[in-house]
Amino acid sequence: MDYVMAFIVGGLICLVGQILMDTTKLFPAHILVLFVTLGAVLSGLGLYQPLVDIGKAGATIPITGFGHNLVTGVIQDVDQYGLLGVFTGALRSAAGGITAAIVFGFLMALLFNPKSK
Amino acid sequence: MKKLGSQTIKFENPPSIIGTATIVGPKEGQGRFKEYYDLILKDSIYQEKSWEKAETKILKEAVEMAIKNSKVPTDKIEYLIAGDLLNQIISAGFAARELGLPFLGIYGACSTIAQGALLGSMIVDGGFAENLVAAVSSHFCTAERQFRFPLELGNQRKPTSQWTVTGAGAMVISSQIQNPRITFATVGKVIDMGEADPNDMGTAMAPAAVDTILRHFQDTGKTPDDYDLILTGDLGSIGKHIAEELLKQKGYDISNKYSDCGVLIFYPEQDVHAGASGCACAAVVTCGYIYKEMLNGKYNRVLLVATGALMSTTSTQQGETIPCIAHAISIENL
Repeated sequence: MDYVMAFIVGGLICLVGQILMDTTKLFPAHILVLFVTLGAVLSGLGLYQPLVDIGKAGATIPITGFGHNLVTGVIQDVDQYGLLGVFTGALRSAAGGITAAIVFGFLMALLFNPKSK
Repeated sequence: MKKLGSQTIKFENPPSIIGTATIVGPKEGQGRFKEYYDLILKDSIYQEKSWEKAETKILKEAVEMAIKNSKVPTDKIEYLIAGDLLNQIISAGFAARELGLPFLGIYGACSTIAQGALLGSMIVDGGFAENLVAAVSSHFCTAERQFRFPLELGNQRKPTSQWTVTGAGAMVISSQIQNPRITFATVGKVIDMGEADPNDMGTAMAPAAVDTILRHFQDTGKTPDDYDLILTGDLGSIGKHIAEELLKQKGYDISNKYSDCGVLIFYPEQDVHAGASGCACAAVVTCGYIYKEMLNGKYNRVLLVATGALMSTTSTQQGETIPCIAHAISIENL
């Protein structure tokens, strides 16, 4: 059941992205930033966590999940350390994701060269 | 006077195209004009370390091949007029470094082949040279890096986007009398209708093509009936449709003899979205298919209207709209 829900929730998020891609003048980079921001705002309003509860990885893997991750970290750190948490929370929470992106990005760049299709 | 009306030149002794060469990438080599290219590359890196180096090599080899096909000795080639899409037209400059020909670098974005051919024809008809080469190149991978995003980013392409042709086209323009010949040239004005989306160049460029076509007819007194084929450069499927409609509104129905290089190069199954673009788009069709079919007599009077979008990434980021240009040359068997 988790798999099915992850597929549906993740798929719907990607569908929104694809519709934006095909029907607006937005560049992929715009959509990327928009989705991170959207995830962060929804998370701040408490609307993203229910999506994560239903869709699990289907909601955390897309880039909206990264926005959610940043905001969750901020909220946790503010609870724990006060206002300083605004500055520390986001990166502490997302450290794993960011470092993994850099490390794997670096490894892939060493291993492969891009090609045109 | 060799000048007609406000923007058109009638060449007194129409210069001849005495030899051409085209080199294209593998994807273009699977397209509609595969039998007309001189060389189809197996891969777009062409044994080089970067795509930019590959593009330079393609351009250099196309120039050499065109000179060879023209049977004019290289030391009798007086100028190389060349351009491409990269910053500071490095493909052309670097190819010229290898070729050792007197070099005039030009930039007209994707209209460059028409610009080069018309400038070359002025030089030859003006008596400033007997033989020269006009050449251009473009490369999908270098153009993506230059104008959009590097391929490494793996971005999805928009449905309105066009595929930059990997390839180079070169033509030797000469005072020798031989068909086909360049009889008229109309220098375009820069037209900007306020379109700002660099993923939809066809829409932006169509009004420029229409302006130049109308100007050409008005200046020369010709009508669409005077041509077997009217060919725009790289409006693609979206821009071609807009150009046809705009011309119809102005009272010119050219639909039965009009096509666009950007629409023709690839088969629809090749899924390049709105069609092809790039300097090489108009160049490989003109130097390949059109030139060879004019030699065969399938076409005798062709109007090439190569289109170009004169924006840069900086202007796009600053929210500028896209200024566009189109230059026309009449190529005829006399």
